[in-house]
Amino acid sequence: MRVKCPICGEPVEVPDDVLPGELIDHECGVTLEVLMDGNSIRLKPLEGIKEDWGE
Amino acid sequence: MLLLYDILRWEEKSFIEAAKKLGIEIKPVHVPSICGKVGRTDADMEDIALQRCTSFYNALESAIFMESLGVDVINRSDTIMICQDKLWTTSLLARRGIPVPDTYVAFSHDSAHKAADELGYPFVIKPIHGSWGRMLALIDDEEDLRTVIEHRMYIPNPIQSIYYAQEFVRKPGRDIRVVVVGDEVPVAIYRYSDHWITNTARGGKAAPAHVDPELEEIALRASEAVKGQFLGIDILEHPEKGYIVDEVNAVTEFKNTVAVTGYDLAKKVLEFAVERVKR
Repeated sequence: MRVKCPICGEPVEVPDDVLPGELIDHECGVTLEVLMDGNSIRLKPLEGIKEDWGE
Repeated sequence: MLLLYDILRWEEKSFIEAAKKLGIEIKPVHVPSICGKVGRTDADMEDIALQRCTSFYNALESAIFMESLGVDVINRSDTIMICQDKLWTTSLLARRGIPVPDTYVAFSHDSAHKAADELGYPFVIKPIHGSWGRMLALIDDEEDLRTVIEHRMYIPNPIQSIYYAQEFVRKPGRDIRVVVVGDEVPVAIYRYSDHWITNTARGGKAAPAHVDPELEEIALRASEAVKGQFLGIDILEHPEKGYIVDEVNAVTEFKNTVAVTGYDLAKKVLEFAVERVKR
């Protein structure tokens, strides 16, 4: 399915089996986080991780 | 089995893929979407959950919530809490005689100077909470210390007045990330860097590490000290003291570990989780 990029407005191809929290790199350069509410999908720019665990 | 997550990274996807291959039913649970009653006992809940939240608070609180439903979480909430607090971790390790860097804690900006007197220059100031090598400061002299203290004085967070100060360990251009699963050390990597901060998140390069019996023993003792089940333990090679435990990570990343070793860590952790359910 296609969802509008909240930054550039261009369509973003989202896989049918996408999960909430999944990350999608869009061609405009932004990393988008998938948000789901029931069957509705929207995208928001990944804000980064404020508290963390790393390698 | 549940997979608790907030952001679906490579690691979380690898758990989902490995579960498919092993025929294990795994339910990804997006923690920011949860709203549930604490202590509810009528729900048909899974026995076990893997904690994979990137956010410390999501990880801790969702583990506590799941435990209230009778779910066994890997790692448990107490382990997550301990590992997030470097002082708590170091304290537990030191009390068990596990080698750690010489560490001082100072409870005010003024007292931070006393840590410098004890450790001598250079030394390192770390945030009590945090990882990825962020907010570490190498203090070469009194002017560096004054600068760090002044910056921390203007950060409106009470924990900024508590200083966790450690000796600067002259490691051989690398540290070791040792993975512990249950009572085993399945894999480890060296993290090489010309910089004194060797985290791969900061550009450190990974390579497979040899796990000798001494390294294995110290990692397992550290895991036991924090009651861990699946941990990433950062170990330094101290020029005089040998292996010392620097930090313990309770929701460890392992993308680089798998990339350079080829070890199927997701499979190992899932098999460990299944065995726990059987017990």
